[in-house]
Amino acid sequence: MSTQVSPAAAAVARQRVALRCLGLVKRFTDVTAVNGVDLQVYAGECFGLLGPNGAGKTTTVEILEGLTPSDEGTVELLGQNWNSGRDNRALRERIGVQLQETQLAEKVTVVETLRLFRSFYARGHDVEEVIRTVALEEKRNARVGKLSGGQKQRLAVACALVSDPELLFLDEPTTGLDPQARLSLWDIVERFRDGGGTILLTTHYMEEATRLCDRVAIMDHGKVIALGTPAELIESLGADQVIEFSVTNPLTDEPLTNLPAVTNLHKRGDVYALTVSEIGVALPGLLAEIKRQQSELVTLTTHQATLEDVFVSLTGRMLRDS
Amino acid sequence: MIAEAKETRASEVKSQSLHPLFELTAMRVREFLREKEAVFWVFVFPVLMTFALGIAFRNTAPEKTPVAIEASTTDTRASELAGVLSRSEEITATVVTPDEASRALRSGKVSIVVKPQDDTFEYRFDPTRPESRAARLLVDDVLQRGKGRTDVAQIAEQKVTEPGARYVDFLVPGLIGMNMMGSGLWGLGFTIVIARSRKLLKRFAATPMRRSHYLLSFMLSRLIFLVLEVAAVIVFAALAFGFTVRGSWLSLGLITVLGGFTFSGIGLLVAARPTTIEGVSGLMNFIMLPMWLLSGTFFSSERFPEVLQPFIKALPLTALNDVLRALMNEGATLASMWIPISVLLAWCLISFVVALKIFKWQ
Ligand SMILES: Nc1ncnc2c1ncn2[C@@H]1O[C@H](COP(=O)(O)OP(=O)(O)OP(=O)(O)O)[C@@H](O)[C@H]1O
Ligand SMILES: [Mg+2]
Repeated sequence: MSTQVSPAAAAVARQRVALRCLGLVKRFTDVTAVNGVDLQVYAGECFGLLGPNGAGKTTTVEILEGLTPSDEGTVELLGQNWNSGRDNRALRERIGVQLQETQLAEKVTVVETLRLFRSFYARGHDVEEVIRTVALEEKRNARVGKLSGGQKQRLAVACALVSDPELLFLDEPTTGLDPQARLSLWDIVERFRDGGGTILLTTHYMEEATRLCDRVAIMDHGKVIALGTPAELIESLGADQVIEFSVTNPLTDEPLTNLPAVTNLHKRGDVYALTVSEIGVALPGLLAEIKRQQSELVTLTTHQATLEDVFVSLTGRMLRDS
Repeated sequence: MIAEAKETRASEVKSQSLHPLFELTAMRVREFLREKEAVFWVFVFPVLMTFALGIAFRNTAPEKTPVAIEASTTDTRASELAGVLSRSEEITATVVTPDEASRALRSGKVSIVVKPQDDTFEYRFDPTRPESRAARLLVDDVLQRGKGRTDVAQIAEQKVTEPGARYVDFLVPGLIGMNMMGSGLWGLGFTIVIARSRKLLKRFAATPMRRSHYLLSFMLSRLIFLVLEVAAVIVFAALAFGFTVRGSWLSLGLITVLGGFTFSGIGLLVAARPTTIEGVSGLMNFIMLPMWLLSGTFFSSERFPEVLQPFIKALPLTALNDVLRALMNEGATLASMWIPISVLLAWCLISFVVALKIFKWQ
């Protein structure tokens, strides 16, 4: 699993498309969950679908996994297509899937569960090896129902890894986990990618996307609204830094956006967020402007621009409603 | 440290996965055996039920015939007569006042009233009651012999109690049938719908698992449990009540398999669509309730009105109960039971075909 891929090989691999979809549309009775999604994932990369609740991530992924039929559009996976209503076993042999909502049977143990999943595949890893990969040695004989949330999630990923897949789908693998558990899952994902595997993962944690993903597609209301490497997306803000502040008396927006080095302004409740290219230039101007509008600072924080800020600047909303 | 090293070594042992059908079936068996309640309802409950009903309705040794002698208590003739009658092993005679005698006869407490007169006897009884007619013969016989009548023909008696004709003999096949229906429907219905509601079916659908293997694993695990389920009740009934299976064991085995598959098929059909436990529970009760009532588990379904009979006979549990009873109690051959067997086969085939057609994996 840990054969290092040389940079040159990686560059060649990048040319190969592991997954491609065009014009995906999925309508449910009351909502169009996926509304024209085009994606291209290269072999050997970790591709992230980032978006808020209900953005259509799961629906998109399950169409790609051949579990949900789409209303429109085409999917190509590892050079093959899903045959509706026919035998897709050859393609299923080559992908690993972790679904957002699966709850594995509670009364059986970790090793029994993995043996079952392993038995479905013609080839794959040894069960004990996968248990070590996801660091569940101590829980080998524990029943699934007795595992912690993080351990259950690692087991779910192990079930996806046991076939030694070329392409791994992870749907919100770390949602609801504590930071420790999240780190250990990131570790597993990174090792899989280092071994040459391709990953498509969904998340609504921007730290996760930033840390794990080579490229990210930001989704909202069934559409891809931005696509690129995390660095490119953040750069597209034209800003390195974000200043968030609140004041005693509301300010007029116009003069704020015209301040030097300020590229964008967003308001959420009474918190203002300024994206700025040079904080040293923007900050004195901002303080002066607040004073000029006869208001006073209540709070002020600054941080490096993140994918979250990209999402906010594109939609005016936060990724996670809190 | 040493312990740790050992453990690492131990975990380097390879774990081989076997054939998916084996692994799936093993999973079914494990899940079932680890569910204590399921084990109780499938194995213990039917045995308890057999025990309770077998005891409650056991055929006791024939009771003595109660006879009243009508007279005042001081009447010596009456108590003499009571003595003569009571000497017979089959009679208990009590001396009562005329009032009491009439009341006892009316309420069925005694079967006959004997009133001694000077040198004759008067029998008072209700000829529409079989036990009263029997009592008349019995009392008359004892009294006549007491007066010196002798038998002219030599009689040899042989007392037989037919094992196949007791209530417990009727009950055991019915309980087995009912249990097969319950475990088939609950076993498949619940397990599949739970797996669907927990998105486990969807997860399996995302693997190259053959869908037929998944469904077959239910059949196989059902077969394993079926043998135990049926054996538990038969063995218990044999030990506790001297129950015997008169037909061939091979036929019984075949019918058990057919019955098991039929109710698995119906279980699969019931589980083909619902996504919630509530949904499938309602459906299962809807299907099982009529059969609990009509299919002759606790009493013969022949007792229902003639117009209902075609419907009742078409129910799979009626068919199964009829075949099981004929096999176990009468020692019938399968060929002679072709009608209910065809009914079972039809249910089995139709439910499987329809279930596979409409089955939803998510
Ligand atoms: N089976 C379904 N029937 C009807 N509507 C559905 C169904 N599945 C999803 N939806 C709707 O489609 C939209 C997209 O759902 P989806 O699960 O793809 O979002 P998501 O991005 O995965 O969200 P989350 O982050 O909460 O998992 C939602 O509005 C959801 O309510
Ligand atoms: Mg989702």
